[in-house]
Amino acid sequence: MAERSVGAQAPGRARGVELTPEERAMLEGARGDGVRQALELQLQVGAFFAAERLVQVTSVHMMAEIESMGVAGLRWVEALADAGQRVCVPTTCNPRSVDFDLWEALGQDRRQVELEERLSRALERLGVMVTNTCINYQTFNPPRFGEHLAWGDTGTVIFANSVAGARTNFEGGPVALAAGLTGRTPAYGYHLTEQRLGTALVVVRDQPRTNSDWGALGCWVGRQVIDYWQVPVLTGLEATPTIDQLKQLGACLASYGSLAQFHLVGVTPEARTVDEAFGGRAPLKRLTVEPGTIQHTYRSFPAEKPEADLVVFSAPQLSVLELRTLADRLRGKRVHPNTRLLVTTTEASRAVAAQLGHVQAIVAAGGMVLTGNCFYLLTPRELAERFGYRTIVTDSAKLANIIAGYGYNPVFRPTDVCVQAAIEGQVPW
Amino acid sequence: MNQDAASDQGSPERIVLRGHRGVGPAVEGEALVSRQGFSARYDLNRAIGTYSRESHDLYGHSVVGKILVHTTAKGGVATAWALLDMRGAGRRRSGLLFQQSNPIMVQGAALAGVAILDRPGPDPLDIIETGDFVRLDPARSTVEVEKRSAASPDGGGRLPSGDVPLARTV
Repeated sequence: MAERSVGAQAPGRARGVELTPEERAMLEGARGDGVRQALELQLQVGAFFAAERLVQVTSVHMMAEIESMGVAGLRWVEALADAGQRVCVPTTCNPRSVDFDLWEALGQDRRQVELEERLSRALERLGVMVTNTCINYQTFNPPRFGEHLAWGDTGTVIFANSVAGARTNFEGGPVALAAGLTGRTPAYGYHLTEQRLGTALVVVRDQPRTNSDWGALGCWVGRQVIDYWQVPVLTGLEATPTIDQLKQLGACLASYGSLAQFHLVGVTPEARTVDEAFGGRAPLKRLTVEPGTIQHTYRSFPAEKPEADLVVFSAPQLSVLELRTLADRLRGKRVHPNTRLLVTTTEASRAVAAQLGHVQAIVAAGGMVLTGNCFYLLTPRELAERFGYRTIVTDSAKLANIIAGYGYNPVFRPTDVCVQAAIEGQVPW
Repeated sequence: MNQDAASDQGSPERIVLRGHRGVGPAVEGEALVSRQGFSARYDLNRAIGTYSRESHDLYGHSVVGKILVHTTAKGGVATAWALLDMRGAGRRRSGLLFQQSNPIMVQGAALAGVAILDRPGPDPLDIIETGDFVRLDPARSTVEVEKRSAASPDGGGRLPSGDVPLARTV
């Protein structure tokens, strides 16, 4: 066989992760075999990304739900719990794949509920706070500037890094739980100042107005910059965004671009100026969001048919303010009998929104308010097969992105248009 | 692609890409090459192991036993669990090769024992085509590519086909 050898050894990857005496003891099993395995998993990842050390984290947010982890992941978690391991830093978790009260009304299988119940029990034995939310930063665990975290759910990561100036990589469920057990994570990527500097300058000349417009902006930018290691710097925005708008922007940048950080000049803490955002370096890429881009982004999700099978408000879970907005638009109206309207939120947001009458207004209009989950986790492929769902109208560009992989025709539209679709049973445009 | 080192005396051409140390066991199998990114949640029907996103350039293709070659890892954190789930469901392990990966794909591969490499030189998408025979060796930081066209002029190659699972641990 003729052979030619090309390329070269990439530099900087050979050196291993340097451990403290306490970390070496963990690796030798001083805190149990589960902690040893957790640290070994973290070290494999750290070595891949040339981490030189571990950093202590102040909290962990892990994705743990049956839709993505399956029985294999459940058994992995249960084995750690059976071994008596416990997390050593506050550890919360992302939404689950069922609503324990509404799964039957939604049309899900009992088997999914049973698996989620097993998972919850295992997580509780591990000391994990089973919070079932993807907006922990907006409810009970707001991050602070400079703290090192090990968070999963990309929306939580990009919010923590960008809006708060905290430091975390995308930590998938297994390594997030590992971080909970060891209290540490490898110091690479967004834990390091160098990685947090801007790389792409985005001049915005099409001003977002509504929450979903900010999602459309994130969708468009994310489609242009699909690379975890790039950091867009947005400038030219006239309005000061709300927290819900930053939530939409970040979630969509993360979903479309796999991005973990952005800077908004004059808004986010590491970007008081363009120069600060780039650390004095020149941008590697320049983009302009031309007038009409936001509308064009909505239009890039055409409806295959006029009928709206589903109208979904989800991804990320709705805040109290978003629930209020939706309730105001639905009050006194009725969802079309051939269309299903679903909303997902957190247990905390639901409780407050119910106290204020917002949940009742949505339910009275014919909507279903699901708690502790997110639509794309709710076994959407099985629901589509069971009920013939195809066209899903949503004001979440993130949901529109993900749900296309489950056989749906996603139609991303502004919130008001989604409400109109729910009432009329048809997609207005 | 540079064909300077095309096979001589009838030997199939072999190209070796070199990068940094990856994760997972050495595997070999048939390449499935995409000009798009990859996410186990966004793009796959994990129950049957096929690309399920209609706009993906590999829509309908099976990942089972293949060496997947993509531009980048995209999307969210679910893939960190999903690779283990796919293996637990009896799907034969695949190998993963990216121009550039994100942490989630590496985390998922490390947990599931799936081979993964990224950033080999030169660009794997300039070298590897669907159907080429590829051997990933994360510990040795190498990607060996046996060109399909060199293996067989009719494009069929020396590769096994049909129901034979192709990506195997070596």
